[in-house]
Amino acid sequence: MMNTLTEHLRVLRATLQRLLLTPNATLLNVAIIGIALSLPVGGYVLLKSVQSLAAQVTGTPQISVFLASGTSASEIERIGDKLKQHAAIERTEFISRDAALKKLQQSSGLSDVVGNLSQNPLPDAYIVHPRASDAAALEALRDELKTWQRFEHVQLDSAWIHKLEAVLDFGRLAVAILAALLSFALIAITFNTIRLQILTRREEIEVSKLIGATDAFIRRPFLYFGLTQGLLGGITAWLLVSGSLLLLNHNLAELTQLYASDFSLQHLSLADSFTLLGFSAYLGWLGAWYSVSQHLWQIEPR
Amino acid sequence: MIQFNQVYKRYPGGHEALKNLSFEVAEGEMVYLTGHSGAGKSTLLKLIAAIERPTSGSVLVKGQNIRSIKLGAIPQLRRNIGLIFQDHKLLFDRSAFDNVMLPLQICGFDHRESAKRVRAALDKVGLLEREKANPIALSGGEQQRLCIARAIVNRPTILLADEPTGNLDSEYSGAIMNIFKSFHQVGVTLLISTHDESILRQFPARALHLKQGELQA
Repeated sequence: MMNTLTEHLRVLRATLQRLLLTPNATLLNVAIIGIALSLPVGGYVLLKSVQSLAAQVTGTPQISVFLASGTSASEIERIGDKLKQHAAIERTEFISRDAALKKLQQSSGLSDVVGNLSQNPLPDAYIVHPRASDAAALEALRDELKTWQRFEHVQLDSAWIHKLEAVLDFGRLAVAILAALLSFALIAITFNTIRLQILTRREEIEVSKLIGATDAFIRRPFLYFGLTQGLLGGITAWLLVSGSLLLLNHNLAELTQLYASDFSLQHLSLADSFTLLGFSAYLGWLGAWYSVSQHLWQIEPR
Repeated sequence: MIQFNQVYKRYPGGHEALKNLSFEVAEGEMVYLTGHSGAGKSTLLKLIAAIERPTSGSVLVKGQNIRSIKLGAIPQLRRNIGLIFQDHKLLFDRSAFDNVMLPLQICGFDHRESAKRVRAALDKVGLLEREKANPIALSGGEQQRLCIARAIVNRPTILLADEPTGNLDSEYSGAIMNIFKSFHQVGVTLLISTHDESILRQFPARALHLKQGELQA
């Protein structure tokens, strides 16, 4: 057990030495992997920020029900009870026409215009908070409410939700394709690096086999190399994304100030960061493993 | 220890390197393998180390049949065999010390214990002062001795040497043969291929003479 551990430590040290032995090649490889990974990661970060911004702006979806004018107070109450008992509705909120007018006066800066109105043009309304939040369920509820008596107008902002979801889906797909392609590129880069290494270390492999090295022993340094290179590439990607976010957020702050918003691009979470590093290390390992299994059997001592 | 029974080795293309070979080498025995180049000496040694497999017949090494040995069992077999090559097969990207260290790393020995063993092996072949040297800076005779140190550091029970004195002058050859003799004295089984008649006279032992792949009486 102790020997296995020291053996792994020895291989790890040898791997780092090998990386440092050719600093230029190492730097270039790590930079390529880092840049390749930073593109989908950057896309992911942007997407996440847009998603949370959208959630801030839209809040939870709701249905506005405007009652026909001249609905009596008792009828309004009866409708309110009926809405409350509906299985698909979490809660309701009643906004009387007077309250609505007051709110309009306060919020929109149209107080002069509103103050000049001779009578209140607004209807009484219920704000319905549904339990479900997916577009299909919301539309079904809206269509049902439309059939109720005394309901003049039922409004659901599902078009906006649809559009947003479509845009986000498109973004997710684009990031996924980018990630898949660049992951493949990462594997290919490692594959080729390891292939060259195997060729230059051909003699060592041959001699090792002659003096009783197992395949695992011969494979190990190459797998470590792929893993380490992938990990360094992942760290580079993380630094690139972090640096870019810092720069962008700095500029964005000036922009959003003008719009009186506190929107900023969110950084990678700790879990996301570790996922990135783990994934890049795994891809490096995979490329190395694939390369080793392709090339090692060709080197048999004669 | 080593047992050949009606062994044939045919290479693709029809060349028959070994024909109907049957002999036995007892434990602790020292045996010469003689014959012209191309007589099949190297092929015979390769069969013992499972670098090649016989076309027919059986090659038993410590009870294991090389003809049917599993790939996974070969490393363990080779750890019991010290191989000494005519072309040394040393690695020039590391010191003499690290070259001898390699078999111990492969076996997963403790580092401190390994260092002791490496120095003992280097001392045995008279290269202790050159442990930091790159093998490329060593003379032909020194390289051969370094190759021997690497072969014995693991304390194998069998030593196979392919033309160990091949391109050395007689003074160096004598030194190397003396090293082999000392291994023979501690019970190592030795199989040495050579075409150097003077060595056989100086260090007499049983000799197997090969001629065009066949054993001569």
